Amino acid sequence: MWLSKSIVHLASLLPLCWLYYHAINDTLGADPVETVIHFTGIGALNLLLITLLISPSAERFKQPKLLKFRRMLGLWAFTYALLHLLNFIAFELQFDWSLLFSEIVERPYITVGMAAFVVLLLLTVTSVNRIKKQMGPKWQKLHNWVYIASIAVVVHFYWSIKSDIYEPGIYAIMLAWLLALRKLKIKRWLKIG
Amino acid sequence: MLIKNPKSYELKEHQVTDETTYLNRRELLKKMGYVGTGSLLASASANAGPLDFFGKKEDDKVFARTALDFKAQPQDGSEILTPEAKVASHNNFYEFGLDKADPAKNSQGLKVDPWQLSISGEMNNPFTLGYDDLFKKYPLEERIYRLRCVEAWSMVIPWVGFSLADVIKAANPTSKAKYVAFETLYDPKQMPGQRSRRIGGGIDYPYVEGLRIDEAMNRLSFLSVGLYGKTLPPQNGAPIRLVVPWKYGFKSIKSIVSIKLVEKQPPTTWNILAPHEYGFYANVNPAVSHPRWSQASERRITTGGLFARNRIETLPFNGYGEEVAALYKNMDLAKFY
Ligand code: HEM
Repeated sequence: MWLSKSIVHLASLLPLCWLYYHAINDTLGADPVETVIHFTGIGALNLLLITLLISPSAERFKQPKLLKFRRMLGLWAFTYALLHLLNFIAFELQFDWSLLFSEIVERPYITVGMAAFVVLLLLTVTSVNRIKKQMGPKWQKLHNWVYIASIAVVVHFYWSIKSDIYEPGIYAIMLAWLLALRKLKIKRWLKIG
Repeated sequence: MLIKNPKSYELKEHQVTDETTYLNRRELLKKMGYVGTGSLLASASANAGPLDFFGKKEDDKVFARTALDFKAQPQDGSEILTPEAKVASHNNFYEFGLDKADPAKNSQGLKVDPWQLSISGEMNNPFTLGYDDLFKKYPLEERIYRLRCVEAWSMVIPWVGFSLADVIKAANPTSKAKYVAFETLYDPKQMPGQRSRRIGGGIDYPYVEGLRIDEAMNRLSFLSVGLYGKTLPPQNGAPIRLVVPWKYGFKSIKSIVSIKLVEKQPPTTWNILAPHEYGFYANVNPAVSHPRWSQASERRITTGGLFARNRIETLPFNGYGEEVAALYKNMDLAKFY
Protein backbone atom coordinates (compact mmCIF):
# COMPACT_ATOMS: atom_id res chain seq x y z
CA MET A 1 0.00 0.00 0.00
CA TRP A 2 2.66 2.50 0.95
CA LEU A 3 4.41 1.77 -2.33
CA SER A 4 1.42 2.56 -4.49
CA LYS A 5 0.69 5.61 -2.37
CA SER A 6 4.24 6.82 -2.87
CA ILE A 7 3.83 6.38 -6.57
CA VAL A 8 0.72 8.55 -6.58
CA HIS A 9 2.54 11.20 -4.57
CA LEU A 10 5.55 11.15 -6.85
CA ALA A 11 3.45 11.18 -9.99
CA SER A 12 1.72 14.31 -8.70
CA LEU A 13 4.79 16.01 -7.32
CA LEU A 14 7.43 15.42 -9.98
CA PRO A 15 5.62 17.27 -12.78
CA LEU A 16 5.45 20.29 -10.50
CA CYS A 17 9.20 20.15 -9.79
CA TRP A 18 9.87 19.91 -13.51
CA LEU A 19 7.43 22.74 -14.23
CA TYR A 20 8.81 25.23 -11.73
CA TYR A 21 12.42 24.34 -12.43
CA HIS A 22 11.98 25.30 -16.08
CA ALA A 23 9.67 28.21 -15.40
CA ILE A 24 12.13 29.83 -13.02
CA ASN A 25 15.04 29.29 -15.41
CA ASP A 26 13.10 30.67 -18.37
CA THR A 27 13.35 27.43 -20.32
CA LEU A 28 9.61 26.78 -20.43
CA GLY A 29 8.80 28.42 -23.72
CA ALA A 30 8.32 32.10 -24.33
CA ASP A 31 5.81 32.87 -21.62
CA PRO A 32 6.34 30.73 -18.53
CA VAL A 33 3.53 32.53 -16.73
CA GLU A 34 0.90 31.37 -19.15
CA THR A 35 2.34 27.87 -19.19
CA VAL A 36 2.31 27.42 -15.40
CA ILE A 37 -1.25 28.72 -15.15
CA HIS A 38 -2.45 26.35 -17.82
CA PHE A 39 -0.43 23.40 -16.54
CA THR A 40 -1.70 23.69 -12.97
CA GLY A 41 -5.27 24.41 -14.13
CA ILE A 42 -5.43 21.35 -16.36
CA GLY A 43 -3.58 19.32 -13.73
CA ALA A 44 -6.12 20.26 -11.07
CA LEU A 45 -9.00 19.32 -13.32
CA ASN A 46 -7.41 16.02 -14.33
CA LEU A 47 -6.80 15.11 -10.71
CA LEU A 48 -10.33 16.11 -9.79
CA LEU A 49 -11.78 13.85 -12.46
CA ILE A 50 -9.51 10.98 -11.44
CA THR A 51 -10.72 11.49 -7.87
CA LEU A 52 -14.29 11.24 -9.07
CA LEU A 53 -13.46 8.05 -10.93
CA ILE A 54 -12.37 6.25 -7.75
CA SER A 55 -15.68 5.41 -6.08
CA PRO A 56 -17.44 4.11 -9.19
CA SER A 57 -14.37 2.00 -10.07
CA ALA A 58 -14.12 0.59 -6.58
CA GLU A 59 -17.75 -0.42 -6.77
CA ARG A 60 -17.71 -1.75 -10.29
CA PHE A 61 -14.53 -3.81 -9.92
CA LYS A 62 -15.11 -4.70 -6.27
CA GLN A 63 -11.84 -3.12 -5.19
CA PRO A 64 -12.59 -1.27 -1.95
CA LYS A 65 -8.86 -0.70 -1.53
CA LEU A 66 -9.07 1.92 -4.24
CA LEU A 67 -11.01 4.15 -1.84
CA LYS A 68 -7.82 4.61 0.12
CA PHE A 69 -6.53 6.78 -2.73
CA ARG A 70 -9.52 9.05 -2.90
CA ARG A 71 -8.56 11.55 -0.26
CA MET A 72 -4.95 11.90 -1.34
CA LEU A 73 -5.94 12.47 -4.94
CA GLY A 74 -8.50 15.03 -3.87
CA LEU A 75 -5.85 16.79 -1.82
CA TRP A 76 -3.50 16.82 -4.78
CA ALA A 77 -6.27 18.28 -6.93
CA PHE A 78 -6.61 21.03 -4.35
CA THR A 79 -2.84 21.55 -4.26
CA TYR A 80 -2.77 22.06 -8.01
CA ALA A 81 -5.77 24.41 -7.80
CA LEU A 82 -4.06 26.37 -5.04
CA LEU A 83 -0.89 26.71 -7.12
CA HIS A 84 -3.04 27.71 -10.09
CA LEU A 85 -4.54 30.54 -8.07
CA LEU A 86 -1.20 31.55 -6.57
CA ASN A 87 0.39 31.57 -10.01
CA PHE A 88 -2.37 33.82 -11.23
CA ILE A 89 -1.96 36.22 -8.31
CA ALA A 90 1.83 36.20 -8.10
CA PHE A 91 2.94 35.90 -11.71
CA GLU A 92 0.05 37.03 -13.88
CA LEU A 93 -1.34 39.89 -11.78
CA GLN A 94 1.92 40.35 -9.86
CA PHE A 95 0.13 41.13 -6.62
CA ASP A 96 -2.08 43.82 -8.00
CA TRP A 97 -4.80 43.10 -5.43
CA SER A 98 -7.26 45.64 -6.69
CA LEU A 99 -7.01 44.03 -10.12
CA LEU A 100 -7.59 40.62 -8.52
CA PHE A 101 -10.77 41.80 -6.83
CA SER A 102 -12.10 43.52 -9.92
CA GLU A 103 -11.31 40.42 -11.97
CA ILE A 104 -13.19 38.19 -9.53
CA VAL A 105 -16.22 40.46 -9.72
CA GLU A 106 -16.18 41.39 -13.40
CA ARG A 107 -14.99 38.29 -15.22
CA PRO A 108 -17.54 35.51 -15.06
CA TYR A 109 -14.92 32.84 -15.74
CA ILE A 110 -12.86 34.02 -12.79
CA THR A 111 -15.96 34.26 -10.57
CA VAL A 112 -16.86 30.68 -11.36
CA GLY A 113 -13.26 29.52 -10.88
CA MET A 114 -13.15 31.23 -7.53
CA ALA A 115 -16.42 29.58 -6.47
CA ALA A 116 -14.96 26.20 -7.40
CA PHE A 117 -11.81 27.00 -5.49
CA VAL A 118 -13.71 27.96 -2.34
CA VAL A 119 -15.59 24.66 -2.42
CA LEU A 120 -12.36 22.71 -2.86
CA LEU A 121 -10.85 24.65 0.02
CA LEU A 122 -13.76 23.72 2.29
CA LEU A 123 -13.49 20.08 1.28
CA THR A 124 -9.78 20.13 1.99
CA VAL A 125 -10.13 21.70 5.42
CA THR A 126 -12.80 19.20 6.41
CA SER A 127 -10.90 16.21 5.12
CA VAL A 128 -9.07 15.74 8.42
CA ASN A 129 -10.35 12.60 10.20
CA ARG A 130 -11.10 14.39 13.45
CA ILE A 131 -13.24 17.00 11.74
CA LYS A 132 -14.91 14.39 9.61
CA LYS A 133 -16.01 12.53 12.75
CA GLN A 134 -17.26 15.69 14.40
CA MET A 135 -19.33 16.62 11.39
CA GLY A 136 -21.21 13.33 11.23
CA PRO A 137 -23.72 13.14 8.35
CA LYS A 138 -23.15 16.77 7.49
CA TRP A 139 -19.76 15.77 6.16
CA GLN A 140 -21.20 13.76 3.29
CA LYS A 141 -23.59 16.54 2.41
CA LEU A 142 -20.76 19.02 2.26
CA HIS A 143 -18.58 16.74 0.22
CA ASN A 144 -21.32 16.22 -2.34
CA TRP A 145 -20.49 19.76 -3.36
CA VAL A 146 -17.54 18.35 -5.22
CA TYR A 147 -19.99 17.71 -8.08
CA ILE A 148 -20.96 21.38 -8.18
CA ALA A 149 -17.31 22.38 -8.04
CA SER A 150 -16.39 20.10 -10.93
CA ILE A 151 -19.15 21.53 -13.08
CA ALA A 152 -17.99 25.02 -12.18
CA VAL A 153 -14.42 24.16 -13.18
CA VAL A 154 -15.48 22.89 -16.59
CA VAL A 155 -17.55 26.04 -17.13
CA HIS A 156 -14.55 28.09 -16.01
CA PHE A 157 -12.38 26.27 -18.55
CA TYR A 158 -14.89 26.75 -21.34
CA TRP A 159 -15.35 30.45 -20.62
CA SER A 160 -11.62 31.07 -20.31
CA ILE A 161 -11.01 30.06 -23.88
CA LYS A 162 -11.22 32.29 -26.91
CA SER A 163 -12.59 29.99 -29.53
CA ASP A 164 -11.73 26.33 -29.02
CA ILE A 165 -14.61 24.23 -27.79
CA TYR A 166 -13.19 20.77 -28.28
CA GLU A 167 -10.89 20.43 -25.30
CA PRO A 168 -13.36 21.78 -22.73
CA GLY A 169 -16.01 19.81 -24.60
CA ILE A 170 -14.16 16.55 -24.02
CA TYR A 171 -13.84 17.40 -20.34
CA ALA A 172 -17.55 18.22 -20.17
CA ILE A 173 -18.38 14.82 -21.65
CA MET A 174 -16.08 13.00 -19.23
CA LEU A 175 -17.59 14.87 -16.30
CA ALA A 176 -21.13 14.20 -17.50
CA TRP A 177 -20.28 10.52 -17.63
CA LEU A 178 -18.77 10.55 -14.12
CA LEU A 179 -21.87 12.26 -12.79
CA ALA A 180 -24.18 9.88 -14.66
CA LEU A 181 -22.45 6.99 -12.91
CA ARG A 182 -23.84 8.33 -9.63
CA LYS A 183 -27.16 9.52 -10.95
CA LEU A 184 -29.19 7.98 -8.14
CA LYS A 185 -27.04 9.38 -5.41
CA ILE A 186 -27.14 12.86 -6.85
CA LYS A 187 -30.90 12.73 -7.34
CA ARG A 188 -31.37 11.70 -3.75
CA TRP A 189 -29.03 14.44 -2.57
CA LEU A 190 -30.77 17.14 -4.54
CA LYS A 191 -34.19 16.04 -3.27
CA ILE A 192 -33.17 16.02 0.34
CA GLY A 193 -31.36 19.28 -0.24
CA MET B 1 10.74 54.70 -35.85
CA LEU B 2 10.08 53.67 -32.34
CA ILE B 3 7.60 56.08 -30.91
CA LYS B 4 8.27 55.81 -27.28
CA ASN B 5 6.49 56.89 -24.24
CA PRO B 6 9.16 58.31 -22.03
CA LYS B 7 7.45 57.45 -18.77
CA SER B 8 7.03 53.74 -18.83
CA TYR B 9 10.30 52.59 -20.11
CA GLU B 10 13.04 55.01 -19.20
CA LEU B 11 13.87 52.91 -16.17
CA LYS B 12 15.16 50.12 -18.34
CA GLU B 13 18.91 50.14 -18.68
CA HIS B 14 20.09 49.12 -22.04
CA GLN B 15 19.14 47.22 -25.04
CA VAL B 16 19.32 43.59 -24.25
CA THR B 17 19.18 41.86 -27.56
CA ASP B 18 20.50 38.71 -26.09
CA GLU B 19 23.31 37.97 -28.48
CA THR B 20 23.51 34.33 -27.52
CA THR B 21 19.86 33.89 -28.22
CA TYR B 22 20.40 35.42 -31.59
CA LEU B 23 23.34 33.22 -32.50
CA ASN B 24 22.25 30.01 -30.93
CA ARG B 25 18.75 30.16 -32.17
CA ARG B 26 18.79 26.64 -33.40
CA GLU B 27 20.32 25.41 -30.21
CA LEU B 28 17.68 27.21 -28.24
CA LEU B 29 14.85 26.01 -30.36
CA LYS B 30 16.18 22.56 -29.79
CA LYS B 31 16.13 23.06 -26.07
CA MET B 32 12.65 24.40 -26.27
CA GLY B 33 11.72 21.33 -28.16
CA TYR B 34 10.81 22.73 -31.53
CA VAL B 35 13.36 20.84 -33.50
CA GLY B 36 15.24 17.67 -33.11
CA THR B 37 14.68 14.66 -31.03
CA GLY B 38 11.31 15.56 -29.58
CA SER B 39 12.46 15.92 -26.02
CA LEU B 40 10.32 15.70 -22.99
CA LEU B 41 9.97 19.45 -23.23
CA ALA B 42 8.42 19.26 -26.63
CA SER B 43 5.19 17.77 -25.51
CA ALA B 44 5.12 19.12 -22.02
CA SER B 45 5.97 22.74 -22.57
CA ALA B 46 3.53 22.93 -25.40
CA ASN B 47 0.50 22.21 -23.38
CA ALA B 48 -0.30 20.81 -20.06
CA GLY B 49 -2.98 18.30 -20.73
CA PRO B 50 -2.84 14.71 -21.74
CA LEU B 51 -5.53 15.80 -24.15
CA ASP B 52 -3.02 17.64 -26.21
CA PHE B 53 -3.17 15.70 -29.42
CA PHE B 54 -1.84 18.61 -31.39
CA GLY B 55 1.82 18.27 -30.58
CA LYS B 56 2.98 16.93 -33.88
CA LYS B 57 6.70 16.52 -34.24
CA GLU B 58 8.08 17.72 -37.51
CA ASP B 59 11.49 16.31 -36.91
CA ASP B 60 14.57 18.37 -37.52
CA LYS B 61 13.09 20.52 -40.21
CA VAL B 62 13.49 24.23 -39.68
CA PHE B 63 12.25 26.78 -42.14
CA ALA B 64 15.24 28.40 -43.86
CA ARG B 65 15.51 32.14 -43.32
CA THR B 66 17.81 34.43 -45.25
CA ALA B 67 19.49 37.64 -44.20
CA LEU B 68 17.96 40.84 -45.58
CA ASP B 69 19.41 44.12 -46.80
CA PHE B 70 17.70 46.97 -45.04
CA LYS B 71 18.12 50.33 -43.42
CA ALA B 72 18.56 49.63 -39.73
CA GLN B 73 16.73 51.64 -37.13
CA PRO B 74 19.16 53.27 -34.75
CA GLN B 75 18.54 51.72 -31.36
CA ASP B 76 18.37 54.10 -28.49
CA GLY B 77 18.12 51.54 -25.76
CA SER B 78 14.76 52.85 -24.63
CA GLU B 79 13.11 49.46 -24.78
CA ILE B 80 14.27 45.95 -24.22
CA LEU B 81 13.67 43.81 -27.28
CA THR B 82 11.90 40.50 -26.88
CA PRO B 83 14.50 37.83 -27.67
CA GLU B 84 14.17 36.37 -31.13
CA ALA B 85 13.61 32.85 -29.82
CA LYS B 86 10.56 34.07 -27.91
CA VAL B 87 9.19 36.12 -30.78
CA ALA B 88 9.44 32.99 -32.91
CA SER B 89 7.93 30.55 -30.42
CA HIS B 90 4.98 32.35 -28.83
CA ASN B 91 2.49 32.86 -31.60
CA ASN B 92 -1.19 33.06 -32.25
CA PHE B 93 -1.61 31.63 -35.73
CA TYR B 94 -4.59 29.28 -35.44
CA GLU B 95 -4.01 27.97 -38.95
CA PHE B 96 -1.23 25.98 -37.29
CA GLY B 97 -2.87 25.14 -33.97
CA LEU B 98 -4.29 26.85 -30.90
CA ASP B 99 -1.46 26.56 -28.43
CA LYS B 100 1.12 29.33 -28.50
CA ALA B 101 3.85 26.81 -29.25
CA ASP B 102 1.94 25.06 -32.05
CA PRO B 103 2.67 27.43 -34.94
CA ALA B 104 6.44 27.09 -34.50
CA LYS B 105 6.07 23.33 -34.44
CA ASN B 106 3.59 22.85 -37.25
CA SER B 107 4.53 25.50 -39.77
CA GLN B 108 8.16 24.82 -40.59
CA GLY B 109 7.29 23.20 -43.91
CA LEU B 110 5.27 26.15 -45.24
CA LYS B 111 6.12 26.88 -48.87
CA VAL B 112 6.46 30.61 -49.41
CA ASP B 113 8.27 30.66 -52.76
CA PRO B 114 6.52 31.03 -55.17
CA TRP B 115 4.10 33.48 -53.54
CA GLN B 116 1.48 35.74 -55.02
CA LEU B 117 0.21 38.82 -53.28
CA SER B 118 -2.52 40.40 -55.33
CA ILE B 119 -3.29 44.11 -54.99
CA SER B 120 -6.73 44.71 -56.40
CA GLY B 121 -10.07 46.46 -56.04
CA GLU B 122 -10.90 50.17 -56.24
CA MET B 123 -7.72 51.29 -57.98
CA ASN B 124 -6.39 52.28 -61.36
CA ASN B 125 -3.34 50.12 -61.23
CA PRO B 126 -3.93 46.64 -59.83
CA PHE B 127 -0.86 44.43 -59.70
CA THR B 128 0.61 41.30 -58.19
CA LEU B 129 3.76 40.90 -56.15
CA GLY B 130 5.72 37.68 -56.53
CA TYR B 131 8.06 36.29 -53.89
CA ASP B 132 11.14 38.22 -55.03
CA ASP B 133 9.15 41.44 -55.42
CA LEU B 134 8.38 41.34 -51.72
CA PHE B 135 12.03 41.99 -50.96
CA LYS B 136 13.04 44.07 -53.96
CA LYS B 137 10.24 46.32 -55.06
CA TYR B 138 10.33 48.66 -52.06
CA PRO B 139 13.35 49.75 -50.04
CA LEU B 140 13.40 47.74 -46.83
CA GLU B 141 13.70 49.42 -43.48
CA GLU B 142 13.68 48.24 -39.90
CA ARG B 143 11.02 49.32 -37.44
CA ILE B 144 11.04 48.46 -33.79
CA TYR B 145 7.43 48.25 -32.67
CA ARG B 146 5.62 47.24 -29.56
CA LEU B 147 3.13 44.45 -30.21
CA ARG B 148 0.19 44.31 -27.81
CA CYS B 149 -1.92 41.16 -27.86
CA VAL B 150 -5.57 41.34 -26.87
CA GLU B 151 -4.69 38.64 -24.32
CA ALA B 152 -2.79 41.28 -22.33
CA TRP B 153 0.80 40.32 -23.13
CA SER B 154 3.19 42.30 -25.28
CA MET B 155 6.54 42.15 -27.01
CA VAL B 156 8.99 44.57 -28.63
CA ILE B 157 9.96 43.37 -32.09
CA PRO B 158 12.41 44.61 -34.75
CA TRP B 159 10.50 44.13 -38.00
CA VAL B 160 11.91 44.60 -41.49
CA GLY B 161 9.65 45.72 -44.33
CA PHE B 162 8.03 48.75 -45.93
CA SER B 163 5.07 51.04 -45.43
CA LEU B 164 1.68 49.78 -46.48
CA ALA B 165 1.15 53.27 -47.90
CA ASP B 166 3.88 52.63 -50.51
CA VAL B 167 1.90 49.75 -51.94
CA ILE B 168 -1.43 51.57 -51.87
CA LYS B 169 0.01 54.65 -53.54
CA ALA B 170 1.53 52.53 -56.30
CA ALA B 171 -1.95 51.11 -56.94
CA ASN B 172 -3.39 54.59 -57.51
CA PRO B 173 -6.67 54.21 -55.57
CA THR B 174 -9.98 55.54 -56.87
CA SER B 175 -12.25 57.74 -54.80
CA LYS B 176 -14.28 54.66 -53.87
CA ALA B 177 -11.38 53.14 -51.96
CA LYS B 178 -12.60 53.66 -48.39
CA TYR B 179 -11.31 50.51 -46.74
CA VAL B 180 -8.58 47.92 -47.20
CA ALA B 181 -9.39 44.22 -46.94
CA PHE B 182 -6.64 41.68 -46.29
CA GLU B 183 -6.69 37.93 -46.66
CA THR B 184 -4.39 35.16 -45.41
CA LEU B 185 -3.35 32.22 -47.56
CA TYR B 186 -6.02 29.52 -47.73
CA ASP B 187 -4.27 26.20 -48.18
CA PRO B 188 -5.68 23.40 -46.01
CA LYS B 189 -2.98 21.06 -47.30
CA GLN B 190 -0.35 23.16 -45.62
CA MET B 191 -2.39 24.60 -42.78
CA PRO B 192 -3.76 21.92 -40.47
CA GLY B 193 -6.04 24.40 -38.69
CA GLN B 194 -7.88 24.98 -41.95
CA ARG B 195 -8.39 21.25 -42.39
CA SER B 196 -9.81 20.59 -38.98
CA ARG B 197 -12.12 22.74 -36.90
CA ARG B 198 -10.63 21.19 -33.80
CA ILE B 199 -7.10 22.27 -34.63
CA GLY B 200 -8.17 25.62 -36.07
CA GLY B 201 -10.43 26.72 -33.23
CA GLY B 202 -13.65 26.69 -35.22
CA ILE B 203 -12.74 29.74 -37.27
CA ASP B 204 -14.03 30.08 -40.81
CA TYR B 205 -10.94 30.41 -42.95
CA PRO B 206 -9.36 32.18 -44.70
CA TYR B 207 -8.54 34.68 -41.98
CA VAL B 208 -9.56 38.16 -43.07
CA GLU B 209 -8.78 41.58 -41.66
CA GLY B 210 -9.35 45.19 -42.59
CA LEU B 211 -8.40 48.80 -42.06
CA ARG B 212 -9.96 52.10 -42.93
CA ILE B 213 -8.03 53.68 -45.80
CA ASP B 214 -6.70 56.54 -43.67
CA GLU B 215 -5.48 54.03 -41.09
CA ALA B 216 -3.79 52.07 -43.83
CA MET B 217 -2.13 55.20 -45.20
CA ASN B 218 -0.76 56.18 -41.78
CA ARG B 219 3.00 55.97 -41.80
CA LEU B 220 2.99 53.45 -38.95
CA SER B 221 1.07 50.82 -40.92
CA PHE B 222 3.73 48.44 -42.05
CA LEU B 223 4.10 45.38 -44.22
CA SER B 224 6.74 43.20 -42.67
CA VAL B 225 8.81 40.68 -44.60
CA GLY B 226 11.36 40.01 -41.90
CA LEU B 227 12.31 40.21 -38.26
CA TYR B 228 15.63 40.36 -36.50
CA GLY B 229 17.32 41.07 -39.84
CA LYS B 230 16.16 37.92 -41.59
CA THR B 231 13.10 36.84 -43.55
CA LEU B 232 10.09 35.98 -41.42
CA PRO B 233 9.67 32.50 -40.00
CA PRO B 234 6.29 30.98 -40.98
CA GLN B 235 4.91 31.19 -37.45
CA ASN B 236 5.33 34.98 -37.61
CA GLY B 237 3.54 35.22 -40.93
CA ALA B 238 6.02 34.48 -43.71
CA PRO B 239 6.54 35.71 -46.29
CA ILE B 240 4.63 38.93 -45.69
CA ARG B 241 2.39 40.19 -42.91
CA LEU B 242 0.76 43.36 -41.72
CA VAL B 243 1.91 45.19 -38.57
CA VAL B 244 -0.37 47.87 -37.12
CA PRO B 245 1.26 48.61 -33.79
CA TRP B 246 -1.51 50.70 -32.22
CA LYS B 247 -4.05 47.92 -32.60
CA TYR B 248 -4.37 44.56 -30.89
CA GLY B 249 -2.24 41.86 -32.46
CA PHE B 250 -5.05 40.03 -34.22
CA LYS B 251 -5.38 42.96 -36.65
CA SER B 252 -1.85 42.30 -37.88
CA ILE B 253 -2.81 39.58 -40.32
CA LYS B 254 -0.20 37.03 -41.40
CA SER B 255 0.89 35.34 -44.64
CA ILE B 256 -1.10 37.74 -46.80
CA VAL B 257 -2.17 36.79 -50.34
CA SER B 258 -4.60 39.60 -51.04
CA ILE B 259 -4.86 43.31 -50.36
CA LYS B 260 -8.05 44.73 -51.77
CA LEU B 261 -9.32 48.29 -51.72
CA VAL B 262 -13.06 48.34 -51.13
CA GLU B 263 -15.89 50.79 -50.56
CA LYS B 264 -17.63 49.13 -47.60
CA GLN B 265 -16.17 48.11 -44.26
CA PRO B 266 -14.92 44.56 -44.86
CA PRO B 267 -15.68 41.63 -42.52
CA THR B 268 -12.92 40.71 -40.08
CA THR B 269 -12.37 37.26 -38.63
CA TRP B 270 -12.50 37.79 -34.88
CA ASN B 271 -15.32 40.26 -35.19
CA ILE B 272 -17.37 37.63 -37.04
CA LEU B 273 -16.53 35.05 -34.40
CA ALA B 274 -17.34 37.16 -31.33
CA PRO B 275 -18.66 40.63 -32.19
CA HIS B 276 -19.06 41.67 -28.55
CA GLU B 277 -15.45 40.90 -27.79
CA TYR B 278 -13.57 42.04 -30.86
CA GLY B 279 -14.46 45.14 -32.84
CA PHE B 280 -13.40 46.24 -36.28
CA TYR B 281 -11.15 48.96 -34.90
CA ALA B 282 -9.50 47.04 -32.05
CA ASN B 283 -7.33 49.97 -31.04
CA VAL B 284 -5.30 49.28 -27.93
CA ASN B 285 -7.30 50.99 -25.22
CA PRO B 286 -6.71 50.55 -21.49
CA ALA B 287 -10.08 52.15 -20.78
CA VAL B 288 -12.14 49.52 -22.59
CA SER B 289 -11.95 46.03 -21.09
CA HIS B 290 -12.31 42.87 -23.04
CA PRO B 291 -15.29 41.07 -21.47
CA ARG B 292 -12.95 38.41 -20.13
CA TRP B 293 -9.94 40.38 -19.11
CA SER B 294 -8.92 43.88 -18.17
CA GLN B 295 -6.89 45.80 -20.73
CA ALA B 296 -5.52 48.30 -18.24
CA SER B 297 -2.15 46.60 -17.97
CA GLU B 298 -0.09 43.98 -19.75
CA ARG B 299 2.80 41.62 -19.25
CA ARG B 300 5.82 42.54 -21.33
CA ILE B 301 7.59 39.40 -22.49
CA THR B 302 11.35 39.88 -22.60
CA THR B 303 13.92 37.79 -20.83
CA GLY B 304 13.55 36.42 -17.35
CA GLY B 305 11.57 33.49 -16.06
CA LEU B 306 8.64 33.19 -13.75
CA PHE B 307 9.83 35.90 -11.41
CA ALA B 308 10.29 38.63 -14.00
CA ARG B 309 8.33 41.64 -12.80
CA ASN B 310 7.00 42.54 -16.17
CA ARG B 311 3.51 43.93 -15.64
CA ILE B 312 3.29 47.43 -17.05
CA GLU B 313 0.51 49.89 -17.71
CA THR B 314 -1.10 49.71 -21.11
CA LEU B 315 -1.04 53.00 -23.02
CA PRO B 316 -3.82 54.33 -25.23
CA PHE B 317 -3.06 53.36 -28.84
CA ASN B 318 -0.22 51.28 -27.42
CA GLY B 319 1.77 54.48 -26.92
CA TYR B 320 1.40 55.62 -30.54
CA GLY B 321 -1.28 58.22 -29.86
CA GLU B 322 0.80 61.08 -31.23
CA GLU B 323 0.74 59.40 -34.65
CA VAL B 324 -2.74 58.00 -34.77
CA ALA B 325 -5.12 59.60 -32.25
CA ALA B 326 -6.18 62.16 -34.86
CA LEU B 327 -7.63 59.36 -36.99
CA TYR B 328 -10.36 58.89 -34.40
CA LYS B 329 -11.04 62.50 -33.50
CA ASN B 330 -14.81 62.43 -33.35
CA MET B 331 -15.33 58.79 -32.56
CA ASP B 332 -16.54 57.22 -29.35
CA LEU B 333 -13.86 54.58 -28.89
CA ALA B 334 -15.88 52.74 -26.28
CA LYS B 335 -18.53 52.17 -28.93
CA PHE B 336 -16.13 51.58 -31.82
CA TYR B 337 -13.85 49.21 -29.90
C1 HEM C 1 -9.38 30.41 -7.68
C2 HEM C 1 -9.82 31.04 -8.68
C3 HEM C 1 -9.28 30.78 -10.08
C4 HEM C 1 -8.68 31.71 -10.87
C5 HEM C 1 -8.40 33.17 -10.52
C6 HEM C 1 -8.33 31.06 -12.10
C7 HEM C 1 -7.71 31.69 -13.17
C8 HEM C 1 -7.50 31.12 -14.38
C9 HEM C 1 -6.86 31.76 -15.50
C10 HEM C 1 -6.33 33.18 -15.50
C11 HEM C 1 -6.83 30.88 -16.52
C12 HEM C 1 -6.20 31.09 -17.88
C13 HEM C 1 -7.09 31.69 -18.88
C14 HEM C 1 -6.32 31.94 -20.13
O1 HEM C 1 -5.42 32.79 -20.12
O2 HEM C 1 -6.56 31.26 -21.12
C15 HEM C 1 -7.45 29.68 -16.07
C16 HEM C 1 -7.61 28.54 -16.83
C17 HEM C 1 -7.98 27.33 -16.30
N1 HEM C 1 -8.31 27.05 -15.00
FE1 HEM C 1 -8.50 28.39 -13.53
N2 HEM C 1 -8.71 29.74 -12.03
C18 HEM C 1 -9.29 29.52 -10.81
C19 HEM C 1 -9.77 28.32 -10.32
C20 HEM C 1 -9.63 27.11 -10.97
C21 HEM C 1 -9.87 25.83 -10.39
C22 HEM C 1 -10.35 25.59 -8.97
C23 HEM C 1 -9.59 24.90 -11.36
C24 HEM C 1 -9.62 23.38 -11.32
C25 HEM C 1 -9.77 22.64 -10.27
C26 HEM C 1 -9.20 25.60 -12.54
C27 HEM C 1 -8.87 25.01 -13.75
C28 HEM C 1 -8.56 25.70 -14.89
C29 HEM C 1 -8.40 25.09 -16.18
C30 HEM C 1 -8.58 23.61 -16.51
C31 HEM C 1 -8.06 26.12 -17.07
C32 HEM C 1 -7.78 25.99 -18.56
C33 HEM C 1 -6.33 25.81 -18.78
C34 HEM C 1 -5.96 25.82 -20.24
O3 HEM C 1 -6.60 26.55 -21.00
O4 HEM C 1 -5.02 25.14 -20.61
N3 HEM C 1 -9.21 26.95 -12.26
N4 HEM C 1 -7.84 29.84 -14.75
